[in-house]
Parts: sequence; C-alpha cells; structure tokens
Amino acid sequence: MISLLRTIRLTFLHMFRKRETIPYPEEKVSLHPRWRGRIVLTRDPDMGERCVGCYLCAAACPVDCISLQATEDENGRRYPEFFRINFSRCIFCGYCEEACPTYAIQLIPDFEMGEYNRQDLVYEKEDLLINSQGKYPGYNYYKVAGIDAGIKGKGEGDNEEPPIDIHSLLP
Amino acid sequence: MAIIYIDHKAYEVTPGKNVLETCLTLGFNLPYFCWHPAMGSVGACRQCAVKLFKDEEDTKGRIVMSCMEMVKEGMFLSVEDPAAKAFRAQVIEWLMTNHPHDCAVCDEGGACHLQDMTVMTGHTYRRFQYQKRSYKNQYLGPFIHHEMNRCIQCYRCVRFYKDYAGGKDLDVFAAHNHVYFGRAEDGILENEFSGNLAEVCPTGVFTDKTLKAHYTRKWDMTMAPSICQHCSLGCNIIAGERYGELRQITSRFNAEVNGYFICDRGRFGYEFVNSKNRIQQPLIRTKVPDTNDKQNLYQHLKKILSTHKVMGIASPRASLEANFALRQLVGSTNFYHGISETEARLMRSILQTLGSGQVQSPSLKEIEAADAILILGEDLHNSAPMMALAVRQAIRKAPFEAAQQIGIPSWHDAALLGFTQDKKGTLFIAYPTKTKLDELAANTMHRAPDDIARIGYAIANMLNPLSPSPEDIGQDDLKLAKRIAGIIKQAERPLIICGTSLCHEALIKAATNIAVALGTKEKKAGLSFVVPECNSMGLAMMEAPSLMQAAEALKKGEADTLIVLENDLYRGTQKKDIDDLFSYCKELIVLDHLHNETTGKASVLIPVATFAEAEGTMVNNEGRAQRFFQVFDPKNENFRESWRWLDEFKQFKNGVNPEDLAAPGNLITTLVALMPQFKGAETAAPDAGFRINGQKIPREPHRYSGRTAMLANINVSEPKPSEDQNSALSFTMEGYRGMPPAPLTPFFWAPGWNSGQSVNKYQEEVGGALQGGNPGKKLFPEIPVAGKTFLNDIPPAFTPLPGEWLMLPLSHIFGSEELSIYTPGIAERAPRPYLAISKNDAKRLKVLDEEILQLQLQDQIYQLPVLIKEELPDGLAGIPHHIPELTAIAWPANGILTKPK
Ligand code: SF4
Ligand code: SF4
Ligand code: SF4
Ligand code: SF4
Ligand code: FES
Repeated sequence: MISLLRTIRLTFLHMFRKRETIPYPEEKVSLHPRWRGRIVLTRDPDMGERCVGCYLCAAACPVDCISLQATEDENGRRYPEFFRINFSRCIFCGYCEEACPTYAIQLIPDFEMGEYNRQDLVYEKEDLLINSQGKYPGYNYYKVAGIDAGIKGKGEGDNEEPPIDIHSLLP
Repeated sequence: MAIIYIDHKAYEVTPGKNVLETCLTLGFNLPYFCWHPAMGSVGACRQCAVKLFKDEEDTKGRIVMSCMEMVKEGMFLSVEDPAAKAFRAQVIEWLMTNHPHDCAVCDEGGACHLQDMTVMTGHTYRRFQYQKRSYKNQYLGPFIHHEMNRCIQCYRCVRFYKDYAGGKDLDVFAAHNHVYFGRAEDGILENEFSGNLAEVCPTGVFTDKTLKAHYTRKWDMTMAPSICQHCSLGCNIIAGERYGELRQITSRFNAEVNGYFICDRGRFGYEFVNSKNRIQQPLIRTKVPDTNDKQNLYQHLKKILSTHKVMGIASPRASLEANFALRQLVGSTNFYHGISETEARLMRSILQTLGSGQVQSPSLKEIEAADAILILGEDLHNSAPMMALAVRQAIRKAPFEAAQQIGIPSWHDAALLGFTQDKKGTLFIAYPTKTKLDELAANTMHRAPDDIARIGYAIANMLNPLSPSPEDIGQDDLKLAKRIAGIIKQAERPLIICGTSLCHEALIKAATNIAVALGTKEKKAGLSFVVPECNSMGLAMMEAPSLMQAAEALKKGEADTLIVLENDLYRGTQKKDIDDLFSYCKELIVLDHLHNETTGKASVLIPVATFAEAEGTMVNNEGRAQRFFQVFDPKNENFRESWRWLDEFKQFKNGVNPEDLAAPGNLITTLVALMPQFKGAETAAPDAGFRINGQKIPREPHRYSGRTAMLANINVSEPKPSEDQNSALSFTMEGYRGMPPAPLTPFFWAPGWNSGQSVNKYQEEVGGALQGGNPGKKLFPEIPVAGKTFLNDIPPAFTPLPGEWLMLPLSHIFGSEELSIYTPGIAERAPRPYLAISKNDAKRLKVLDEEILQLQLQDQIYQLPVLIKEELPDGLAGIPHHIPELTAIAWPANGILTKPK
C-alpha cells in the first residue's frame, strides 16, 4: 500500500521535471562530436584529399559496404578514383574510421540520412568529400610518409634526414 | 632421419637441412628475411635467431642464426627462449628505425613479409625518436617501381638478380647504413626475370608497376590458379581480378615446373585481357546492318552449320577443350591444325621422338639438376625464358656436388659462393648469333642451322657409331664434336636442348640422335624441346593435317565454310596463301578474343573468353597436362569460352533449336576416351564435382572487401554471385578455408603469413613439393624400348646462295609473342625492326650499322635498318621473329638484300 502511494507520488512529481524528449525536427538534437553518424571524407590542412586509397577501411568494414579504387595524380599522389559507401548496409560501427591511417574517413554527428528510395543511400565520393579537416585538424599524411607525392621532396619531411649521397663512403 | 629437440619436445627431421627451414617445415613461426628457399642462406639479416644448447643440461645456451645452423642428431634448440625472442624483436625494431611511414601507400601492404615479421615478433611501438634515413629513387623501366626508403638491407634483391638470374645492372652501392640497391644510373632493368624482384624483396622497394596503374590489394582480388599463356613452358601462375579487370600475375609455386619464379613476359604480358582491342560482340558481316542480336546470330549460325560443309582450323594457343570441341563439331576428317606445314612437320618430328620412349623429356626442375648441357639452335632467354633460368642454375650448381663432399651443405649460399669461385658446369651452345647464356658456355658455335645440325650428327656418331655421320665435315668441327661428345658422355646427368625457333627440322633430328646415342637402357638421356606456343604440344598430340592440306581440301570442294579458332592465320604464313584459303570459303566463322587480320576477314565473328575468363587444359613442352581456371566472370556476357560456343554450334549442326541447347558436359573426359594419348589429362586437377566437407574452394580471400558496395551504383540490391559450374572453385569468399589440393590453390595465405612466403605452409617440406603432389600430369609414359633407332637426314653444309640470304627468325622475349605485346610496357621493350647481317656481308653490301637495306622476302619488300652482328656467319640474315611489323612470313625463307637507291 505504501509503495503504491510512493509510486503515484513519484510519477506526479515527474510532471514538474525538465522534459527529456524534444520536439524533433523543429528542435535539433545536440550530439557529441564523437557521435558515430554519417560518414565523410575529409581534407588535409592544405585542402588536399586526405584519402590515399589504401583500402584499409574497406577491409575493416564488417558489412563490406565500402568500395573504392585508388589512382595517382602526375606527382604520384594517391587518391580514390571513386569511393562508394552503401549506407543501406552501414551499421555505423566506426571500424572504418579506426582503420584509416590518414584521418580521412570520419563519422560525424549527423543521422539525418533517411531516404524514400533505398538506391539514394548509395553515396559516391562527391557526396562524401567535405571541405574540412573534420575532427582531426593539422594532419597531412603525405608530410610524414616516405614517398614523394608532390607534397615534400625526399628527405624534406620533419622526421627525415636529407637523401643519402650514395657516392660517398663517409659515415 | 634425425631426432632434434625444440623447446623440450622431440621432432623427427631430415638431417643436413638448416634449422630455419626445418622449423618452418615443422610449423614454427620463425621470422626471417635474407634466407630464401631457392637461394639459400647467407646469415645477413640476423632475424632468424634461436637458442642452441650444448646438451640437455645446458640452461644457458647461445643465440645462433637458425638459417646458418645445420640440423644434427640430438640437437637442443629453443625458439621460444626469452633471450632469442627479445633478440628477434630487437632486430625488427632496429630495421624499423629507418622504415618510412608508408604502408598506406605502399603496394606491398597486405602482402608484405616485413609487415608479417613485424607482427610476428611483436614490435608495435616506435621508441626511436631521431630522424629517418632517406634515399632518392630510380626509374627502372615500365615493369618495376623503385621506392628505396623501404629497404631493410637483406640483400635478397642482388642475390637473386645477380647470382641467381645473371643480371648485370642491379647492384648494391655505398657503404654501412647507407647501402643502396639499384642501378648505376636510372634506366630499364635489363634482366628478363626482373619482375621476380617484386616477390623476392620482402618489402615494398621493388613493386609491380603494371599493378600500380590499377592498384588492388592482395586481399581484394578474386584469384585463380592459372597457367602462363606466353610460351610453351606452362609456368604456373596466380591471376587476380578486381572490378572486371585482370590486375596482377604472380608466380604460383610448382616444384617441378617454374619453382618460385616466372619471367617478365609471363608476369607483365597479361594486359591483353583488358585491351581495348578485345572483340566486344558477335558480328554477322554479311548482314546489313551489323547485328548483334543473339537470336539472329543463332538462327544465322544454325542455317550455316546445318547446310554447309564445315571445316575447322585449330589453334596452338587454345586449350585442349576448345580444340576438341572444334573437332567434335567438324568431325575428325575436317579438322586441321592452324599452323604452317613447316611447323606441323617440326611438331610431328618432336612428338615422334618424345613418344618413342628412347629419350626422357625433363621438367624444368630436372633441367636445373643437369651437369652438362648442349643447346642446339635455341636462344632460350628469348624463346623459353624460364628454361634459360633453369640452365643457368644447372651450370651454377654443378660444382655444388663437390662442395657437399667437403661438408658444405647445399643451402649455405655464402660458403658455396666461396667454394665454387668460377667453377661451373659445362654448357655448349650452338646458335647463329650470340645469346645471353653464351657467357656461361664452355664453347659457343655461331653457325648456320645446317652446320649446327651437322655438328649434332657428328656428336651423335661419336657417341654411337650406329648413328649416321655427316660427310666431309671439317677438322675443327670434328674436334669440337669429339670434345662435346666426350664431356656429355662423362656427365652424370647430361641434357640436350633443342626446339622449333629456327624452324629447322634437321636440328631436331640431330638432337634426337644425340640423346638416343647417349641414353642407356637403364638411364635415358634428357632431351628438351622448346615449341612455339603454350599448347603447341597438346595440339600436335591431336594429330591432324596442317593448313596447307586444309587449303587443298577446300580447293577440292571438300568444304565451303571455315571455322577458325583463336588463331591469326596471317601471322605465320604468307598473306597470299591465307587470302587464297579464305577465297574458297563461302562463310568464314572466326572465334577470337582480339581483333587481328584474320578476324577482319570473318563473315561471322564470335568474341571468346581469354585464359582469365575460361577454364582449360594445356600441354606444355615437356608433355605435362596442366589445368588453368577461370579467374572471373566477365561483365561482357559475350566473352564466353570457345568450347562453350563450339559445343552449341555442334548442337545447331545436329538440328537442336537455340531454345533447347544443353550444357557441354565434361569435354576433357570425352577427349581422353576418344584419344588415349591424352590419358591422364583428366586427372590434372580435381573435377567440377570436387568438394571438401561439401564446400567449394573460394577464389576470394576471407578479407575480400566491398561486396555490398562495388555494384551498388548500378543497383543497391546486390546481385546473386555468379556460380561456377565448371570447377570446384567458387567466385565468392565462401567455402572451404583450409588447404585446398595443389591444382586448386587460388592463392597462398596462412595465418600471420600474408605475403607470398606463405607458400612455406603449403609445401610438404619447405622448398619441396606442394602437399599432395605438384599440380599437372605428365602425359608421355615411360615405355621401355630395347633397340635404338637413329634418324638419317643429314643436310649438306651451308653454302650461301649467290645473291640470296637465308633468313633467320630471331626470337625476342618482348615482341615475338602475339598476346603479350598488348601490354604497353612489353610493346615498349619490343625491338624495332632490324636486319642482322654479318660484318663481311655488310662490307660487301657497303652498309654501316643503322643504314637502311631493302629486304625482298617472299612477296613483300621491307626497308630495314642494318644491325651488324660480328659473330653471324656470312649468308645469313636475321630479323626479329613475329614482331607486329614483321609477320606474314612463311618460314624457312630466303631473302634478297639490296641497297635502296
Ligand atoms: S561505420 Fe562500420 S559498417 Fe559503416 S562503413 Fe564504416 S566500417 Fe563499414
Ligand atoms: S614495405 Fe611493408 S612495412 Fe614497409 S611500408 Fe610497405 S607495406 Fe609497410
Ligand atoms: S631492396 Fe628489398 S630485397 Fe633488396 S636489400 Fe632492400 S629489402 Fe632486401
Ligand atoms: S617462361 Fe614462358 S611460360 Fe614461363 S612465365 Fe615466361 S612466358 Fe610464361
Ligand atoms: S634469415 Fe637467417 S640471418 Fe637472415
């Protein structure tokens, strides 16, 4: 009997509490920056495409919904020729972001992706690539890699010595 | 067998091997870099450390390099010892101090031995805080990409390129931690086996440039066991596809055939499959407008086939199945070989020798074990590249036997190099011009083909007086013949190599006589023939008349419609003869995959699948039947197997309606039932019904990506994956994940071993046969023969005809083969047309190098730049064989050289 009354009282009190639900979509949801929603491809600080077409995200994806083809520009810089995510399959697990060695692929706090037509859930590179560095500013993979892809010459990276003179026997 | 103890457990092992290979055979995951099963140990990388104990009581032990330690009875070892483990981890950490942050853009990634070994030792975090060494790269030609920063100084590249393959233009430069592996200056890597660097190098320093152009990771490829189509040796390959395009060829280990390697023509010649020159759809040229409607085509074909008298022209580059389906369609009396009479005669001659049981047809592995070799009229580097590599090993390894007697094990490369110095096996080469193997030869004879045959006959005569001897042979030649006869008679495992390259039958007969004379009842002598195409031997075994007879039969009206299977007839015969042939037929039905002159003449043109889109069986030069499997289901539905089309044609001929067509059934078993000479070919690989635990073998690795996205742009609902009705392989990643039988192994992979080095896990003993036996089935049975029969067809000595030159077809690894030339890199490396003449002839004609001479050959006139070859005998003139600019020549040929006005 007492517990019954206690419950009624608690319920009654809740009527005066702050509301948890919001009148979406009039009011937008506030999401944390690391919320795993829509996937984007970001750019490096110099606004170059970050994705180097290494295929690691595609391999990590448990539902195999990423497909791409790597190609190279005239300087040898690798980038995806096409990059496709089939969001009708994606489970937003974030493994692709975990696997990405260049911070290119990122999950962002946006879930408003509903479509009437399932085919429209297939995103191509044009739909994925944004003009921003996303969550990880400041990183440019080609500046720390060993290859010369037109970003820095051999031995010009921060962590590199100048190229070796192979004609010299001096230590 | 010896008993050794590893981590207190006893194992029974083969004594005399090194500890590293023994541990790998036993299944231990022991990291290594510099050791390679084909090249032995040098102990350079210090990665393979284990602990060796004096005896059971010894607890301290000492760290040794397992690759340099011989297995001895009662050895006590530890792989898991903490000190040994720490040592191995430290070696990797040192190597990694300079390693670039490149995996994401490195073509080795996902199939990288360095990645595998790093994970294996447990090194994960870079503690070294200082700067990394850097290098400049070199341009190494169209096949190999260079990225020197990734080098870990294991020296495998130079050991392969220089010591194993005899290359001259790759070396190690500079000193200490600055060593550089590359060429003296930028430029094309000259060696014919340079592509193997991509597999031999455990890192991404040397990678496949053709793969880079459409880069795909190993795990993303659909792969199938296949057979190289670019020469008669039938090297085993793995072919990989992605997005409907063939992307990469790598070697597929077969201890009997190509071992760990393949040549550059085989590795890089695959791009014809993706060529723009592919025939895309069926055409009926007599109907206007051209029509590609399948119903129309079927109706049209049905009309032709049921009312016309049809004749079939078979192909030396099509599979047994395709040729057989053609034979079934036209009937054995209307079945002709699509090769010239010369080539047909050469092949008959070879087949007679190999089938006679008087000689033994050696595998490449057996060639590697020969201790004295005589080559008659072949430039192996250009006509059968991997055989040249095998000969090189034979000559290099011949002194190793003596080394073993003083206790140097066969895997101890460093010691063997020191021991042999410049000792080598004996090699004799007779060929009109210099060849790359000349540098290893004890004697070279740059002579005319007739004279080479005469020397051959003289050698045979000295080995056995029953063999006829050539008349009036010069004293010098006699002396030489005597010397060669003496040496090959003394040899333990002598070998004769000959072939069809010079289109000279007397050479084949002379080689036969030598081998027959050399053999004894107990031990037959090895005789290896190089033949023109990948399935020349299989076609020859299907005994049928040549093109010339086909023309005659057509003229007589025995047939009025011709079906040409995968064969550009204009390549190997004079243009007018083929024009003539075609003029007698009402309809010309051509099946091929690339447009060429013959397809241009077709009234009905049928596109067919290449080796990558079809399954088939071929017989290599040695008589080994080998099966290749379809790699992928092509996007273009018209790319169907030749045998499938031909079987349908047969049904049309028999009055079956297009709606009621049945599947072809198992062609190879029907073939064997009908032609017993092929007995065994059906066992070359397990058939379509084969299953393990009820499952098929997947063509895709378990990490294959993008299944639900790759076609989503077309339709978001994934289509059902295609099913393979013809083999026990599936086109998906589902299926049996254990070890498949060797002929059905689509790729090599083992847990922790992503690179090609995982083949260790597929071998019975590391470096030895694949588990369950190497793929392929040798068709020439061992028949005991008592007597010896010798051939007698000795040509007179060569005397130049006044005003005429005997033309020589000079083979080129890049350029002389029909399909590989569609790879841009191969076309780039192909020779420009030239005319090779002797110094004297050049003087007589008053021409210098590079000057233009006019060559009148059969009904064609060419203007060719002169290439003076000092060693070439007078009266001979060589031109590059079968390069696109110089086809339509009937061999043998005489030409007239004049100076253009
Ligand atoms: S979030 Fe997960 S399911 Fe979605 S693309 Fe990335 S890895 Fe694939
Ligand atoms: S060689 Fe191997 S470890 Fe080095 S960058 Fe390439 S894939 Fe990575
Ligand atoms: S280039 Fe490759 S094979 Fe050669 S030493 Fe370096 S890592 Fe070894
Ligand atoms: S040797 Fe012949 S069969 Fe072998 S890879 Fe080269 S071309 Fe192919
Ligand atoms: S593999 Fe033993 S030292 Fe390199």
